[in-house]
Amino acid sequence: MKIACFYIALLLVMITGFSCKKDNYSGPGSTLTGRLVYKGDAINVEYNQVPFEVYQYGFGKTGPITGTFAQDGSYSLLLFNGDYHFTVPNGQGPFKWKQTAAGTPDTTAITMSGNQSLDLEVTPYYMVRSAQITAASGKVSGSCKIEKIITDASAKDIEAVRLYINKTQFVSGSDNIALTTIAGSSVTDFNNVNISVTIPALVPSQNYIFARIGIKIAGVEDMIFSPLVKLSL
Amino acid sequence: MNAMKIITTIIITAALFCATGCKKDSDFLNVQPTSILTNEQAFSDPAQVLSILADLYNRQLDFSSLDDGWVTFADFSESFPSENGQAGIVQRTQWDFGSWSTWDYGYIRDLNLFLERCTEAKALSDGDKTRFLAEARFLRANYYFEMTKRMGGVPLILKSLQYDFKGDPTYLQTARAKESEMYDFIISEAEAIKGSLPADVNEKSRASKGAALAMEARAALYAGSIAKHGVSTPLVTLPGGEVGIPADMATGYYTKALNAAKEIINGAAGAYALYNKKPDLQDNFANIFLDKGNNPETIWIEDFKLKSGRVHGFTVSTQPRYGAEEEEGGRMNPSLNLVESFEKLDNTYAPIPVTDALGNPIYYNDQLDIFAGRDARLGGTVILPGSLFKGRKVDIWAGYQLADGSIVTGDDRGAQKTLPGTSTPVQVVGFDGPINAKEFTAQSGFYLRKYVDPTPGAGSRGTNSEVPLVRYRYAEVLLNAAEAAFELGQTTDAANYMNMVRTRAGLTIPLTAADITFDRIVHERRVELAFEGHILFDMKRWRLAHVVWDGNKMTVTDLLSNIGQATKRNTQPWGLWPYKLYDPSSPNNGKWTYKIVLPALVTGANRFRLGNYYSFIDDNTRANNPKIVKQPNQ
Repeated sequence: MKIACFYIALLLVMITGFSCKKDNYSGPGSTLTGRLVYKGDAINVEYNQVPFEVYQYGFGKTGPITGTFAQDGSYSLLLFNGDYHFTVPNGQGPFKWKQTAAGTPDTTAITMSGNQSLDLEVTPYYMVRSAQITAASGKVSGSCKIEKIITDASAKDIEAVRLYINKTQFVSGSDNIALTTIAGSSVTDFNNVNISVTIPALVPSQNYIFARIGIKIAGVEDMIFSPLVKLSL
Repeated sequence: MNAMKIITTIIITAALFCATGCKKDSDFLNVQPTSILTNEQAFSDPAQVLSILADLYNRQLDFSSLDDGWVTFADFSESFPSENGQAGIVQRTQWDFGSWSTWDYGYIRDLNLFLERCTEAKALSDGDKTRFLAEARFLRANYYFEMTKRMGGVPLILKSLQYDFKGDPTYLQTARAKESEMYDFIISEAEAIKGSLPADVNEKSRASKGAALAMEARAALYAGSIAKHGVSTPLVTLPGGEVGIPADMATGYYTKALNAAKEIINGAAGAYALYNKKPDLQDNFANIFLDKGNNPETIWIEDFKLKSGRVHGFTVSTQPRYGAEEEEGGRMNPSLNLVESFEKLDNTYAPIPVTDALGNPIYYNDQLDIFAGRDARLGGTVILPGSLFKGRKVDIWAGYQLADGSIVTGDDRGAQKTLPGTSTPVQVVGFDGPINAKEFTAQSGFYLRKYVDPTPGAGSRGTNSEVPLVRYRYAEVLLNAAEAAFELGQTTDAANYMNMVRTRAGLTIPLTAADITFDRIVHERRVELAFEGHILFDMKRWRLAHVVWDGNKMTVTDLLSNIGQATKRNTQPWGLWPYKLYDPSSPNNGKWTYKIVLPALVTGANRFRLGNYYSFIDDNTRANNPKIVKQPNQ
């Protein structure tokens, strides 16, 4: 009995003694947040479709920490303090990420020491400006102005303009209950694009709906969107 | 005396020591293990070598394989997966970048080792050795082909690599070859080995001359189409050529594809022909995949054998459930998207006629009447409602429709209810469904027929099936020839090859040279080769995958319009449900009417992103070998 007590006591001492420090590391504690912006305006993209990669060198194998931008173009990462390189892989996003002279995606160097907020400046092919979306009599109507940002040799045409509506805040090609498509070739005035969609039956019913206008750019996979709006029905 | 004795003992002992000590220590300790063969022993006997080769055959990769369950057959909106655990296939909104990837360099190493050891073997006859080496080279080329289809250019390792344990493995790191170099390798290997393989139509489970040429034709066709159609997706390329083939190489590849196919067609590899043994064209088409005795169509198969342990449960998983052995099956439900794409016998496309021109429902006397006058491959690929499997009618019907349009149905197989105006409950839904979310029923209104084995016992778990997986068959060679000829501008030849395949399917009005379009080629492959693991790779090489599976949900209009067009959207599997009219006052009472439905579990829409064209290479692989460049658009 005495011996058992002794062993239990010894075990407790060992557990408390050994588990306190050396083999326990604290998790990453510095938050990196920010948005995709063009001259201060947020770039809205599809949820979970535009990826980014963060590299930290100096620890043997190199592999990216990957993530995707949220619908409103924001991102957030929990990192250790240290030096990182941030990049967007080639061909991703409805925008041009800065490139090196060799034509590969350049990186943005980030030094983390404590929380940091960093907006990423990119050049989109187009911007959806002054989008007005309203709901009335079973329809959602939208109007907007489409501004062509990249006009040099790498400029791209608009393949289609689409108005999406959904019951939840995720509104895109893969998350919608209805959409209307206007082919880019049939838009006559890019300063005044009008588009509307009929609201289908909502099951179960709800008295609000989310909508946004997206532009599909020819030869670019990801779409760019207007800011999300919540409409009361 | 005593001393004498001692001396004698000493001498004898000394003599013994000398005698035993003569054997060298190294000889004494170096004992050959009795349970492991040396390379020389292993390669001393042809039967022994064949058993090593059998393992290498077994490790070949197929897109969909019969012994790997049924799920690999079920994707791409060509069917609905009727097992609730697999509903993810129709609920997800995109494929992972890692889908369909393969990176089995362990297998490549074993093939290379086999080639090296077999080359060195002394005891084998020259004839045996040549054939074994050719077979291993065929397997290696075919696996590299499989890798190239999925990953683009990969490191082309053609000898076994040995690490020297000096801490620096960089000399073992090989960069990815160009995609065109991969196809060049496969084509040149096929050319090099075809003469060493038997030109025997009955050699099916081992490599034959026909198999090598069929591989060559398919590979060259893939390369040609990537060169030609890659122009439409400039983003799907890499600057080093690891992904993408320059457009000016297209003609060269198409020519090689056509020549290789022609070599099979003109009989140089054996007397291959289209299977034409049964008078009923539907049964005949289904039998291509079931008949193992003197089947002139199949070129290379993965074979199975009953009672040998090498059997598969594909039939158990997919047979019509009602009346099946052990009441199991029903997992593969071909979609209306596929069913409606089978042509009418006058070579035109039309939706399955549910309503007449005015929009009124059509009533049919027999369930099968709605499918009458179509391509025989429809009934050979799909078990239609009202058709027979193992001599028994499948029981697929969704319920009674009443005069006012309302539906009486049940939520269990063969459920009973009382119809209005009667007092006895009657069956109101088929024992094979369709019932939404009721797994193992025909939720699209159809069951799969291709590869489903009607042999007694094949549908029971204890017996299983020995139907082989067809890897290359003659009809595909003809379609490869047709496509290559079409792309080379030889439309008359293309029409001839297409018509051979189509006549066998009952489409007896020949297509003329002017009828052959790219859409026709795409369509013909889709219906002839459905559920044979082609659709993904075909859509990829035509660069149509991101168009056809664009992530947008389908409307009924999408479904019914543009049938037969290569760019037709195909993102969700639709169904066609039969109902029986219950209206005693109507002349149509008891007749059949059909409704187009989207199975309730289908909530997602297939989305093929540009990054899906070439599967993701693992970060770990790229960290170990920094020469490996990343795939585009990921």
